[in-house]
Amino acid sequence: MGKDNNNDRRKFIKTGIGLGMASIVGAKLTALASVDEKKETVKVLTQDGKLVEVDKKAMADPSTLPAKGDLARQGIPGRKFVMVVDLARCANARSCIEACQRGHDLLPNQEFMQVMLKKDHEGSEPYWFPKPCYHCGNPPCVKVCPVGATFKRTDGIVLVDADTCIGCKFCVSACPYSARVFNWEDRESYEENTDEYSPETSVPGQVGTVSKCDFCPDRSREGKLPYCAESCPMGAIYFGDVNEDTIFNGQETLRLKETISNRAGYQAMAHLGTDPNVIYLPPVNKSHSFERGLKDLDEDLKDWYLNQVKNEKP
Amino acid sequence: MSDNSYVLLKKYTEHLKKPSLTWYVIMGIMGLLVLVGFYALIQQIVHDHIITGMRDNVVWGAYIVNFIFLLGVSYAGAIISGAFHLGRIDWGKPLIRIIEIITFITILIGPIYILLCIGRLDRLHYLFIHARIQSPIIWDLIAVIIDLILCTFYLYLTFIKDFSLMYLNSDKLGLANWQKKLFKFLSLGYTATPQQKKRLNRALDVMAALIIPTAVVAYSLLAWLFGMNLKAGWDDSLFAPYFIVSAIFSGFAIVIILMFLVRKIYKAESILTDGHFNFIAYGMFIMALIFGYFTFSDYITRWYNTTQGNSELIYKYLSLDHYGYMTYIMLIFTSIIPILVIAIPALRSKVSYFISAILVLIGLWLFRYLIIVPVLETPYFPIVSTDPDVLEYSATWIEWALVVAGFAGAIMLYMIILKIVPVFPIADMQESHSFKLFGKYSIDKLLGQKHYSNKLSDS
Repeated sequence: MGKDNNNDRRKFIKTGIGLGMASIVGAKLTALASVDEKKETVKVLTQDGKLVEVDKKAMADPSTLPAKGDLARQGIPGRKFVMVVDLARCANARSCIEACQRGHDLLPNQEFMQVMLKKDHEGSEPYWFPKPCYHCGNPPCVKVCPVGATFKRTDGIVLVDADTCIGCKFCVSACPYSARVFNWEDRESYEENTDEYSPETSVPGQVGTVSKCDFCPDRSREGKLPYCAESCPMGAIYFGDVNEDTIFNGQETLRLKETISNRAGYQAMAHLGTDPNVIYLPPVNKSHSFERGLKDLDEDLKDWYLNQVKNEKP
Repeated sequence: MSDNSYVLLKKYTEHLKKPSLTWYVIMGIMGLLVLVGFYALIQQIVHDHIITGMRDNVVWGAYIVNFIFLLGVSYAGAIISGAFHLGRIDWGKPLIRIIEIITFITILIGPIYILLCIGRLDRLHYLFIHARIQSPIIWDLIAVIIDLILCTFYLYLTFIKDFSLMYLNSDKLGLANWQKKLFKFLSLGYTATPQQKKRLNRALDVMAALIIPTAVVAYSLLAWLFGMNLKAGWDDSLFAPYFIVSAIFSGFAIVIILMFLVRKIYKAESILTDGHFNFIAYGMFIMALIFGYFTFSDYITRWYNTTQGNSELIYKYLSLDHYGYMTYIMLIFTSIIPILVIAIPALRSKVSYFISAILVLIGLWLFRYLIIVPVLETPYFPIVSTDPDVLEYSATWIEWALVVAGFAGAIMLYMIILKIVPVFPIADMQESHSFKLFGKYSIDKLLGQKHYSNKLSDS
């Protein structure tokens, strides 16, 4: 049942993007379509309301490939991405971390997505707190970058262009959420497929530059959820679009505004004035205890987590 | 030129001749330390930053500490020497050169440390071609470049009169031919005609008036580079004045250290008198009081206001399990020893000033360490990691080697510059014929003293 929903959703997103793109580059595509010999065609609606057939390949290229160079700085037109994390569902399965690390070719100690253990009151039960980059509305990292290697796009995403980054690390210390990682050592995989590098994929990485969660805009272009949202077995991570007012976790689609309003959604450390684009739903009525998330951890990490929520603070 | 000033010139140009064995030995040792640093630098370039102690939590470590420290000394030197010059403080004239050289050397070496923090040195030129004026790094870059240019220019201007004097008297002074040619070239045709004198003095006034505000602005910008971050311990409006005070404090300390050494090495007891030591020490005393007051104000507001970040930080500062030892050593070295040594008459002596000045410098280095490392180790959201290297910073030998190499390089440069110019601005001291030491002696009286003549006949 859930899987069917999933497919429907993907189809829906794909068609949506297809229609959007067609309206923008429609004229150009029809011209392209006539050049190719063997055509697998697709019907699209042009700006003036005509239904035309165009080559599927030509259709796919501009919309689904990750943007490079200056294009990567512009953002996907008409979109404004947002992530909603349901803290009541997170059980620290760590699937998001692992999927993200695989997808972004990260070392085991590099986590774009981190899962913290938090406790707001000594009487309350600790809860797991997944923390990606917040893609702030007012990003301190972007402000301090001396060379404009990190930037805010029209679709709300904050990206790092590793080709421009000089590695001064100022953004790492400026980020109040510790979201950024630095590539301290060189790796063989950094040398592979360097032509394919896009700030939207963050792959391949580059030594001596800063990197972070990129909200996977390359996957959004393909109609997929980010690695973390897709892999979460609990469906704790919703990803969506403010303009469409929908969020999706791979299983169910929710109204964004309604969800935030009904479930008291909040931004982490909103008092810092950074205006995060990641909204948390408070961990109420949890179906599981937080200890479930400690089960498969090695002892050191378990101790580290428990130390974070012990009652006596300095 | 009066006979007595000539005696002074002769005495201090002696030192420009063949260097002594000790000079070579010290240069050799310092050169070795610089080489070790150079080796460490190559290691860092080959193996990247993974071989430093820096990690995602503490992204800047000993390098940035040394950067702040050296720039502080430099800016303080600019402020003190500029004030001596503009204020027409005659007793300060013999100190101007000693201070100006250290100002120049530290602004030259300091910025190297910011480069060591940069992951991609091959892209350094991006700072110019992609510069974003919104970034505090660019503010600082502009300030440091302007300051470096002004300091170099000012230092050179203060040399011109002496170059000319030495060139004009080169035969009498028995200088080597290459020195004569060098001084002729470097004096730019200055022969102390009334018009040249007027122009050069005006240029010096302008430069002195420029480097004081530049130094204040540049160091404030550096403070804001930290102070404008959203970090407990950094987002502090006290930061800029705190930095300036700590800088001037370190300036007085370095002047005492250099005066002490120059007085010993150049046997300049008659020029650098007890009065000089007392006055600079009083300056250091006042700065110690202000610095202690600022530190107290900073700590007590953090301690009292109980926000989570501040409480955690103040706990780390004061707990002996964390940075307690460093904090207490810093406080004793910067705010207790210098105040006691200068406030209690029985403890006042050149040696005690010298020792407390060294302790002040160590304390101020630790002060910079404490405002960088513990703060970076205490982010609002801790990095999920059990790796001790990530959780707590400790500098590796690479970083220590490069820090030491910087100091060794500074000493070498200082010794080389003092083989090119006399340690005192002789022409300048001669020009203010009323060169008075605390209103007691004129220069001629000073040189006519029995004490001084005895010293001369001894040598």
